[in-house]
Amino acid sequence: MASDTVATRAGTTVHRRRPSRRAGLTVLAAVLSLISILPVLWMVTSSFKTRATVTDGSLIPREFTFDNFVYVFTEVPFGRYLWNSFLISAVITVAALFFHSMAAYALARLRFPGREKLFGAIFATLLVTAPVVLIPLFLVARELNLLDSYAGLIIPSIFNAFGIFLLRQFYLGLPRELEEAAVIDGCGHWRVYWNIVLPMSRPILSALAIFFFLANWNAFVWPLVATNDQDLTVVQLGIASFQTQYTSNWNYILAAATVAALPMLILFFVFQRQIVESVKTSGLK
Amino acid sequence: MSSVAAQERRRTGAAPTRTSTSSERPRLSRRHREWLAAGLFLAPDVLGLLVFVAVPMVLSIALSFFQVSGFGSYEWIGLGNYERMLDDPLFWDSMKITGLYVVVLVPVLFCVSLALGLLVKQRLPGIGVYRTALFLPYVVSLVVVGVLWKFLLDEQTGAVNRAMRAAGFDGESWLGSPSLALGCVIAVMVWVMMGYYMIIFLAGLQEIPKEFYEAAKIDGAGPWTTFRTITWPLLRPTSFFVLLMSTVAAITGGLDLIFVLTNGGPANGTSLAIFYIYQQAFGFGEYGYASAMGSFLVLIMVLVSAVIFKFTRGGRFDDGE
Repeated sequence: MASDTVATRAGTTVHRRRPSRRAGLTVLAAVLSLISILPVLWMVTSSFKTRATVTDGSLIPREFTFDNFVYVFTEVPFGRYLWNSFLISAVITVAALFFHSMAAYALARLRFPGREKLFGAIFATLLVTAPVVLIPLFLVARELNLLDSYAGLIIPSIFNAFGIFLLRQFYLGLPRELEEAAVIDGCGHWRVYWNIVLPMSRPILSALAIFFFLANWNAFVWPLVATNDQDLTVVQLGIASFQTQYTSNWNYILAAATVAALPMLILFFVFQRQIVESVKTSGLK
Repeated sequence: MSSVAAQERRRTGAAPTRTSTSSERPRLSRRHREWLAAGLFLAPDVLGLLVFVAVPMVLSIALSFFQVSGFGSYEWIGLGNYERMLDDPLFWDSMKITGLYVVVLVPVLFCVSLALGLLVKQRLPGIGVYRTALFLPYVVSLVVVGVLWKFLLDEQTGAVNRAMRAAGFDGESWLGSPSLALGCVIAVMVWVMMGYYMIIFLAGLQEIPKEFYEAAKIDGAGPWTTFRTITWPLLRPTSFFVLLMSTVAAITGGLDLIFVLTNGGPANGTSLAIFYIYQQAFGFGEYGYASAMGSFLVLIMVLVSAVIFKFTRGGRFDDGE
C-alpha cells in the first residue's frame, strides 16, 4: 500500500522534472563535446591559413590556401615519412595479429603440459611498460644489428601480451562445435586454426587491427631511439623535428601536424564502432 | 560443465581422429601431435616476448650495476649507480615533479572520465555524436597534441591568451613558468585521455543491471543516493582498473608530450623522472646510471600498484563481510 503511493509520487516527479533535466544534460554534452574537439578543429582550419593570418585567433580562415600542404610535401620529404609510418604500422599489425591469434588459439584450445604457467608468464609481461625497458631494448636491438633499419622499427613492436590476452579471452568464449566437427573430418590443428578459428575471429581481429595500427602510427619514442637515417624517419619524428626547425612558421607546422593526424581521424570516423569496442573489451578484463 | 564438454569431445571427436592419425602420421600419438602443434603455434610470440620484453627487463636491472661507457664497454661498479642516484638533486627534483604530476593527474582524470561516462550513458538525442567527439582527442598522437597545444598556448599569439585578453584578463605565460607548464601538461593529458577512460567507464556502467536502477526509482532514491548505493559499489572493478592503468601510465608515460610541448622545461619544471632518465641514457650515454634510476622507478611503480590493489581490494565487490 505504502509502496504504491511512493511509486506514483516518484513517477510523477520524475515525469515533471525529466524534460528540463534532459535538455540540460544535452546542452552540457554538446558544450563538452565542442570543447573536446575545438583544439583539433583549430589545428585543421589553421593549416589552411596563410603565414600572416595563422595566429589571428579566428577559427575560420579569412584567406584560404593550400600552399602550406604543397610546401610540406615539396620542401620536406613528408610523403616518405607517411609511407614509412604506413609500412611499419601495417606490417606490425598484420604480423602481430597473426602471431597473437596463433598463440592465443594454442593457449585457449590445445592441451599441453605447463599451459597455465606459460599463460601466467605471458600475462606477467603486461606489467613491463615500454618506456621502462627502453634502454635495454635499445642495447638488445644494437646487439642484433637492428638499429637504423625497418626490421628494427618493426620487430620489437610486434610483441605484446595485450593482444594475446584479448584473443585468448575471445577464443575461450567461442563454441567448440565447429572445431570438433572439423577434427572429425580429419583436419589437423593448423587447418582448424586457419579455416575455422581465423574466419570466426574476424570481428575481434578487425577491432585489434585498428587499435594496433593507431598505436604504431602514433608511436614516437622507439623510432626516435632506434633510427638516425633520414630515409627511415616516421611521420611523428618528422613532425617533431619539423617543429624545432620552423619554430614560428605555424602555418607549415600545423599543416604537417594535420597531415599526420588526418589518416587516424579518418580511420576513427570510419571504424569508430570497432575502436570503441576494442577499448571496451580492454577494460573488462 | 567443462567435464561434460570434455566427455562430449571424447565421445564424438576421439575415435575418428585416431584412425586418421594412424593412416597419415603413424609415428606421433594424437597427444604428442597436439603438444607439437602448441609449440609451433606459440613459438613466434614466446620467442619475441622473451627477446624483446623479458630479457630487456632482466637486463635493465643487471645494467644498473654497471658503468656503461660509449659503445659497448661495461664495468661492474656494484651499487655505484644507486649511490650516485641518492646524491643527485636533479633526480630527486624529477621524482618530486613526477609525484605531483601523478597525484594531480590521476584523480582529476578519474573524476572527469567518470563524470563523462555517466553523462554519455544517458539516452540523449545525438549521444553517438557526443561520444565520438569526446573520444576524438585520443586518436591524435601525443606529438601532434604537443605541437597543437604549443600553438594554442603561445604567450603572444596563442588562441588561449587571445581569448583571455578578449574577455578582459591578462594573458598568461602558460609554458613559461614551471608550475603553470606542469599544470598545462596535466590539463592536456586529461584532455587526451578522458575519452579513453570515459569509454571504459561507460562499458562498466552498462554492465550494471537496469533492475537495480528501477528498484531505486521505485524507492524514490534521488540521483546522488542512486550513485552512492548502486553505481559506485557496482562500478568497483572498473574503477580499480582505471585507477591502476592511469597511475602506471602517469608514472612511466607522457614522454612524447613532454618532448614536444616543454622539453622538460622551463627550469626543469616539467622534467618528469622518465624524461630525466631518457636524457641521461640517450643524451649523455649514461645507460647504467639511467637503468638504476629506471629500476628504482619500476620499484616505486610496483609499490604504488600494490597500495592501490590493497586499498581497493583489487576491485572485488565483497567488503569482507
